[in-house]
Amino acid sequence: MTTISQVAPQDSALPKVRVDMLPLLLVPVLALLMLPLVGSFPTWVTLTVAGLAMGMMVFMMASGLTLIFGLMDVLNFGHGAFVSVGAFTATLVLLPMKSWVEADSVWMNLSVVGLAILLAMLVTGLLGWAFERIIIRPVYGLHLKQILITMGGMIVAEQLIHVIWGAEQIPLQLPTTFRGAFIFGDAALEKYRLIAVGVGLTVFITMFLVLNRTKVGLLIRAGVENGEMVEALGYRIRRLFVGVFMAGSALAGLGGVMWGLYKETLTAAIGGEITVLVFIVIIIGGLGSVGGCFIGAMLVALVANYAGFLAPKVALVSDILLMVTVLLWRPQGLYPVAKR
Amino acid sequence: MSEALLQLDGVHTHIGQYHILQGVDLVVPRGGITVLLGRNGAGKTTTLRTIMGLWHASRGTVRFDDGDITQSPTPDIACAGIAYVPETMGIFSDLTVRENLYLAARNVKKAGEMDEARLEWIFGFFGALKKFWNQPAGTLSGGQKQMVAIARAIVEPRKLLLIDEPTKGLAPAIIQGMIAAFRELKQTETILLVEQNFSFVCALGDSVAVMDGGRIVHSGSMAALADDRDLQHRLLGLSLDTHQ
Amino acid sequence: MIKTLLSGDLPRSRLLTAMLVVVLVGLALAPFLVSGARSLNVAATICVFVVLVASYDLLLGYTGIVSFAHTMFYGIGAYGVGLALHGMGPSWWAIFVGTAGALALSLVLALVIGLFSLRVRAIFYAMITLAVASAFSVLASQLSDFTGGEDGRTFKVPEILQPGFRLFDAEILGRVVDGKLITYYLVFFSALTLFLFMLRIVNSPFGRVLQAIRENDFRAEALGYRTVVYRTLANCLGALIATLAGVLMALWLRYVGPKTMLSFEVMTDILLIVVIGGMGTVYGAVIGSALFILAQNYLQVLMAQASAAMSGVPFLANLFHPDRWLLWLGVLFVLSVYFFPTGIVGRLRTKAPARGRS
Repeated sequence: MTTISQVAPQDSALPKVRVDMLPLLLVPVLALLMLPLVGSFPTWVTLTVAGLAMGMMVFMMASGLTLIFGLMDVLNFGHGAFVSVGAFTATLVLLPMKSWVEADSVWMNLSVVGLAILLAMLVTGLLGWAFERIIIRPVYGLHLKQILITMGGMIVAEQLIHVIWGAEQIPLQLPTTFRGAFIFGDAALEKYRLIAVGVGLTVFITMFLVLNRTKVGLLIRAGVENGEMVEALGYRIRRLFVGVFMAGSALAGLGGVMWGLYKETLTAAIGGEITVLVFIVIIIGGLGSVGGCFIGAMLVALVANYAGFLAPKVALVSDILLMVTVLLWRPQGLYPVAKR
Repeated sequence: MSEALLQLDGVHTHIGQYHILQGVDLVVPRGGITVLLGRNGAGKTTTLRTIMGLWHASRGTVRFDDGDITQSPTPDIACAGIAYVPETMGIFSDLTVRENLYLAARNVKKAGEMDEARLEWIFGFFGALKKFWNQPAGTLSGGQKQMVAIARAIVEPRKLLLIDEPTKGLAPAIIQGMIAAFRELKQTETILLVEQNFSFVCALGDSVAVMDGGRIVHSGSMAALADDRDLQHRLLGLSLDTHQ
Repeated sequence: MIKTLLSGDLPRSRLLTAMLVVVLVGLALAPFLVSGARSLNVAATICVFVVLVASYDLLLGYTGIVSFAHTMFYGIGAYGVGLALHGMGPSWWAIFVGTAGALALSLVLALVIGLFSLRVRAIFYAMITLAVASAFSVLASQLSDFTGGEDGRTFKVPEILQPGFRLFDAEILGRVVDGKLITYYLVFFSALTLFLFMLRIVNSPFGRVLQAIRENDFRAEALGYRTVVYRTLANCLGALIATLAGVLMALWLRYVGPKTMLSFEVMTDILLIVVIGGMGTVYGAVIGSALFILAQNYLQVLMAQASAAMSGVPFLANLFHPDRWLLWLGVLFVLSVYFFPTGIVGRLRTKAPARGRS
């Protein structure tokens, strides 16, 4: 190990590192552009916070799906089922512990919701494990069958929710201290929306740190790009698959609880309804990209809120219009994932 | 412990409906560089992938270090001590050079804990890696990516390196550097090298096997093949003169 | 003669042939075999669904494209003719205008969606169609001034198709020849024609190329077929036929509404039928639709009885509640994707192999 011979000293110039900032700017630019259109600053603040809150909840539901797709090339059309199951599981805690929900105490409210979220994530995580094993594993690499099978899984799950919880819609009460709004000047900020933004940011930052700072996270990112090579380096990608699938399902469950509390009523169709939105978000973001998914979720939700205020009829199709616009600009989504 | 580190006996591999390997018998002795030559489509890459378990042999056995790995899953084969550098290099372009190497170092739990001395040894012949240590690997040039791919294979001691066409698409000056690096490497490592560049392997190879039509049609010492123009002609349809 | 009519694509299984004949005869004579508006409604629904599902099979079974926008095209047809009749009054001209407008809209939409997303991967197309279809359905139920919103629109059909119309004063085979009967036969023969047309398409050179693309699109592309063009054409064709199915359904029901025409339930019904009946067979649409619609209408009665019998056991009673029949179909669907990917028809055909197709 003494002879030191440098290979190729001549190619020292490195192409400039391109950090693709443009999509990052979209959210603030959009928000600022809308300010003069909305006209009133307090209304604008309220709309923006509402949009961010909705975006955060959609992000929770969509991030797992996009990661699962990126890593395993599996698009789970039944992802919405986890959202429903998560929300309905929460009722197992929230309904019997009604007194804690109704109590005028932040700690009791927080702990009961925290418990509901924990249970929901546990159940959806385990369900994700079973779903991956029973439904998805036999159809790896077969897209057509995947779509059909996961769609079928979704139908069955939705019906099973009917069987277990009945066909009636369930009212879900928002805990007492989460109700109402903070007033800043003329702008009213609903407390629950701020909570949703907080939870969403926590999820995003945690995901970001895990994917960038831990070995497992790096392996997931490596696996998204080249799963075979990850195996050749000596790691069992199947374990990663299962782990990511469970985590993604649990996140959908979390999103379901948050969304259910936001809507304050539950129907078994809640997951199916949100699926479309989630798909639009991950298409906009670029299939497989977590960062793109985050920006996509914010964009979709903000546009929906601004459009709902400025032109309610347009709001009905605003997400489709947004998707078309983004795809015309970048056909593979905001952050195309380099692979395949 | 037998002489051979790796031994393939009558290995057949099918990919879909295609019968690619049709009875490969190959022995890789411990130490030095064994070169696998042959024209395009002869089955060289398939041989490496079969050893690595990325495709499984339908018949025959693959023995490595006195264990049967014929049907082992890829991660187990990797953990048994075989490192693989595919023709496509398979680097993770989204990750930095450091993170690429960190993932390859299976026994290291934190990125900061990689063996410094060994890294310095690698930087000794792949200096560019040190320079671009924290750059995303996707931004590197082709030659630098190849360095990342090989460095990944040697970041921890392995018993056998499978390297598929490391000089493919590289400029001649860079290839000269690679030759030097491989000379250094073969002091300590056992390498099974697939290559088309005859002058490259002449400078490096210890023993050689030539493939054609999914079989090994010749094996012997590299020096003997390098000296025998007729044999080169017969086996490879080329000679050193025409190739250079 | 029959062979020509079926474009040389015979059922190739005795049992299948028997089933097809039963369905055909049953549907052809339905007004005389059964009594009551409900039964005739079931028969007409089967006719329409055969067309709708077969046109979906053109995409899924013959091209490997998964689309969730098929109900959208179906809805366009229904709404086109429905709104035209509602706005212009009951005339054949209104039907023509409505149908032509609907076909044009479907064609444009199918082209745009196809060119937009078919060059990318199958999964992308599935997601995009899902999004577009749901937006369309939202539009239909929200633009209530135009579409009637959630309630939909009822409308009058031309006089000869109205239930009160009598063609003869006398009865034929114990049946009054009224407008309903005439409408039924309009639906039946249109459906039959469209079905035979689709059979012709899939057995034409065009159909063979589609199948080649489904099997291996790289190879088809390498052979010089522009896969995008073929896929888009198949997509447009499927959309147009679905539109016509929608027209027939609207004429039959004299009503259009988002629940019956555009809802996602209709889409899942189509998926279930095509997979259970048999993808890529066209005949699967006939068997699947007949079984499915019959089950939808009559199995629920059985389930209600089962549920009542188990009313003591809370969970089981729910499990067999007539509204939960989709649960059982969903399970059947998943199982058949795994174990009988070719569905009932494929199953019957493999049991009776090697009779050749000449």
